[in-house]
Formats: sequence, structure tokens, C-alpha cells
Amino acid sequence: MKYKKNILAAPYVLWSALFIIIPLCMIFYYGLTDKSGAFTMENILAIASVGHAKALWRSLLLSLISTILCFLLAYPLAMILAGKKGNQTGFIILIFILPMWMNFLLRTLAWQTLLEKTGVINGILSFLGLPPLRIINTSYAIVLGMVYNFLPFMVLPLYNALAKIDENIINAAKDLGANKIQTFFRIILPLSVPGIISGVTMVFVPALTTFVISTLLGGSKVLLIGNVIEQEFTQASNWHLGSGLSIVLMIFIIINMLVTALLEKE
Amino acid sequence: MYKKLTFFCAALSCILLGGCGSQSGENGVVIVYNWGEYVDPDTLDMFEEETGIKVIYDEFETNETMFPKIEAGAAAYDVVCPSDYMIHKMIENDLLMELDYSKIPNAKANIGAWYWEQSQAFDQGNRYSVPYCWGTVGILYNKTMVDEPITSWAQLWDETYKDEILMQDSVRDAFMVAEKTLGYSMNTLNPDELQKAKEALIAQKPLVQAYVIDQVRDKMIGGEAAIGVIYSGEAIYTQYENPDLEYAIPEEGTNVWIDSWVILKDAPNKENAEKFIDFMCRADIALKNFEYITYSTPNDTARALIEDEEIRNSPIAFPDLTQYDNLESYVYLGEDGDTLYNELWKEVKSY
Repeated sequence: MKYKKNILAAPYVLWSALFIIIPLCMIFYYGLTDKSGAFTMENILAIASVGHAKALWRSLLLSLISTILCFLLAYPLAMILAGKKGNQTGFIILIFILPMWMNFLLRTLAWQTLLEKTGVINGILSFLGLPPLRIINTSYAIVLGMVYNFLPFMVLPLYNALAKIDENIINAAKDLGANKIQTFFRIILPLSVPGIISGVTMVFVPALTTFVISTLLGGSKVLLIGNVIEQEFTQASNWHLGSGLSIVLMIFIIINMLVTALLEKE
Repeated sequence: MYKKLTFFCAALSCILLGGCGSQSGENGVVIVYNWGEYVDPDTLDMFEEETGIKVIYDEFETNETMFPKIEAGAAAYDVVCPSDYMIHKMIENDLLMELDYSKIPNAKANIGAWYWEQSQAFDQGNRYSVPYCWGTVGILYNKTMVDEPITSWAQLWDETYKDEILMQDSVRDAFMVAEKTLGYSMNTLNPDELQKAKEALIAQKPLVQAYVIDQVRDKMIGGEAAIGVIYSGEAIYTQYENPDLEYAIPEEGTNVWIDSWVILKDAPNKENAEKFIDFMCRADIALKNFEYITYSTPNDTARALIEDEEIRNSPIAFPDLTQYDNLESYVYLGEDGDTLYNELWKEVKSY
């Protein structure tokens, strides 16, 4: 019996070795060596340099803002969805997932066309005699792009968690005299924590590491840590520094996971 | 240092290439790595038809993104079309094959002497490269959106054009603009001068709408910005699309560049690569490519075939460079120089 299980696990073991463990080891190898192959911490410590630290700080800030915005937008929606029955939910979820059928790059490029100075939105605004919207090539456009692209990743786990809550628990709380606000903060919110955690991770991590959204919607004027790493590989051909900075980024992602795991325990 | 990785990638590419072996032409393949939109696709079809060699075509956006792929051997290419300073770097890194011009007769026959002379700066003795396109870097501006003609780089620091300026998103071109404005060489390694250039670029950043590469073209045509730093070859095309656009070579001087065909040292299909370059140097093919990509051709025979006199003697495509005394070409700055420029550029971008 045990033998059979091992066989079933073999493809996964092979997969994770080839595409997770080996690449990770390579990143650590490159990150901790210099061009001659000698051990060095320099690539890791390089995060302290002005340019890198600024880019990291900006990435943390923008991804945090995007995560909070996604959460605030997604939670009420997930609650509405969880409260509905049957077919209606399926349709609304479909609407939310529909854009994900299109390529991520195309959707972001579409936002570029929408937001441009002579773009669609400004065309409509000026037709109505309203002042133009000037957010393309700024941090605002990047946050917009992040929220737009990553919102479904927040909605779905929240919906799953909320839909699983037993109606009877909420009824019991009402029976015992809790009003709506009390029920929400003491019953619904704590019971949806697992959904919140996976939602937050699924939004925060890609937002922290993105470089496409900042290039397309930030006009390359807003440098995020993802851009720095990308450029080390593609432009400066310094794989060692790029890997070193990736390791630093991993540390921040692990911190994010630890914090959320601690919250879950409580 | 890349040895293990190289082996792995080589193994992988063997598998991949082996996989597409069935697609190869009767006389094998040639794998070409060229700039984006830098050839008329029809000429590739013609080459395949005439020679029976299948062209596998791949594109890059900047010299800097191309180099690591070649250096790491991540993919096996035969023919590449880098710019002057990058060819210099590739020669120094021993990545290129010496050309046998008897196999590429069209090159010496059709390409003008001036371009061979100019190529000596990065390729002593013209041993490794055959010029394909050349041009200048200048300013494209929209006549309806500026008050006066734009004739100098210094005007890119003019507050009135805030949010109307498009800069190049590549290290050397961005620094070239600042260095030329300040009166320095575009190949300077003087730390003081580089600091000043960096500070100038940081001071300019609030005025810049975006740092872009290929998008300059579309944004200028669409009237999204008033002024853009652009390659002369793109300028002619943008004028076809939007007659309000005007190109100027700035008075402070600029970069004269040459992009040339080279064959990689470990190219798997060397003979086909030679045939490909020779084909590209044929006058009718060079003319076809010029008409499609609008980048100036060094192929004098092809230029003589251009029917429209306005284009044949266009000051944008074929400027009389003797009237400028401050033109320069990029040279390879060495590994330390590259690192220094990259560091400073990162400081500008993250500011």
C-alpha cells in the first residue's frame, strides 16, 4: 500500500525537483557567489544601496496598498456572493473570472491605452468638458493595474471561506442576542480568516514581484524591485546581483507568510 | 562560470532543435537573431524559396538583452545583428567568427567605402562584421505642439515641455543625451562628468513623460508626446504616418551608429549564415528592406535604386555628416565601465 503511494508521488517529486528545488539552488548559488565563483554576501547586502532600497521600499508600499484595496473591494462582494443561492452566484463569479481568460499582458496594455493622455478615458472626459485624468506613468496607475489584475485572486478564496460558514452558527449568534455588527466581527470575520490569508498572499506576492505592470503603466519612471532584478538579468547581465536581490525578496515574502500564519493561529 | 548552465542549455537546445528538425528546409536552417521589426518578412520568404534554407527568426529589443543570451549560450544562433559597441564587446569576448568575404561577394561590392571605414572603430580591419543599417539618434518633435523648432538636446530640459518628453529607456542612449548636452564625450568614464550627467538626468526626470524604446514611434504618431528621442530610421516612418513630425540632429552632436551582421563563433550553420548575409547585401533585397523598415542602408547600390529622389537624398536617411563636427560612435567601455553606467542609470530610474 505504502509502495503504491510512493509511485503516485513520483511525478510530483520529479516536478518539484526539476522546477522548484534545482532553480532555487541555482538562485542561491548565484546569489551567494561573485563572478569568480567565490563566496560573498555582497549581492545580498547590495539591497542597502540607495537605488535598491528605494525600489524595495516602493514595491512594499505599492503592493501593501494594492492588497488592502483588493481586500476592501473583495470582502463585501464575497459576502454578497456567499449570501446568494445557486445560479446567481455562478453568473457573478463568471463575470469576475472572465477577464482572466484573456492574457495578463493584453489586459495591462489595454489599461495603458485607456489611461493615456490622448487615451479613451481622457477622450470621454474632454467630450463631457471635464478635466483630464493624469495618472498614467505614476504610482497611481501601477496600483490600479495591480488591483485590477489581482482582484479575482482575493475574491475567490474569500468567497470559498465565507460560503463554508454554517448558517446555523450565524443564527445561533443572533439567537444569543448579537446584532449584525457583533455577528460580523465576532463570528463571520474570524471564521473567514483562512480565506483572508490565502487571498492576501495571492495578491501581495505577485504584486511585490511584478515588473510588467510598472513598466507598462509606470512608463519605466517608477522603478520597483522586480524591475531592478529583471534588469540585472536582461540588461546588465549580472546574474549574481539579480539572484542576490531575489533572495532578499524571498525573505520578505517569507516574513509575509509568517505574519499571516501567526494571525491564523490566533 | 556558466559552464554547467551552458551544458544544460546546450542539451536542452539540442532537444528543441532536434524536435523541429522535421521543419527544416531541404538545405538545412539558418537561425537569425535580429532587432524587432528590422527586416521585411518578404525577404525572408524569398531567401527560403531561392536557397531552400529555412530561416528561424528571433528578435531582441536592446543590445543589452541580446548579449547575455549569446554569452550564456542559452540558445544557438547563427547570425546576429548587434550595434557597433556591442560588436566590439563580442569581439573582445571572443564570440564572433572571422568572415570569409569570398563567400559574401555582395558585401564588398555593394556597401559604401565610408561605412567600412566607419566600422573600423569597433571592428579593426573589418574582420567580423558587415554593415546592415546605420543612422543617427536625434529628436523627433511635433510641430503643432512646440513653440519653436527643437534643435538642441538642452531643450529636453525646458520646463515648458513638462510631461511631453519621451526618453530612451536604454543606458547608453539616455546617458548620451545628458553627456552631449553637457559637452562631454558619450564614451566618458570620468567620474565627475558621469556624476554631472546622472544629476542632469535626475533633474530631467520630472519633465519626462515615460522612458520607452520601441513605443516612441507609436506615441509620437498618436500625438501622445511633443518631443521624443528617436533613431533616425524610425523618424522617416513616423513622418509617413503623421506629417506634423519633424526630425532634427541636435546641434550639440549625437551618436552615429551602425548595426552590422555578424556570425557567431559556435554557429551551428556557418555556411547558411554566410549565404544569408550575402543575400541581405544584394541590392534588390537591401532596397526592399530599406523601403520596409526605413532605416538608412549602407548599401550604395541599393540607394541608387531608390526611385523617389526626395528619399534618396533625404537629410534624415542620408544626412551629409561632414557638416557636423561633434558626431561620435559608442565604444565598448569594458566590464567596469558597463557596471558603472548601469549603477548610475539605476540611481536615475529609482530616484
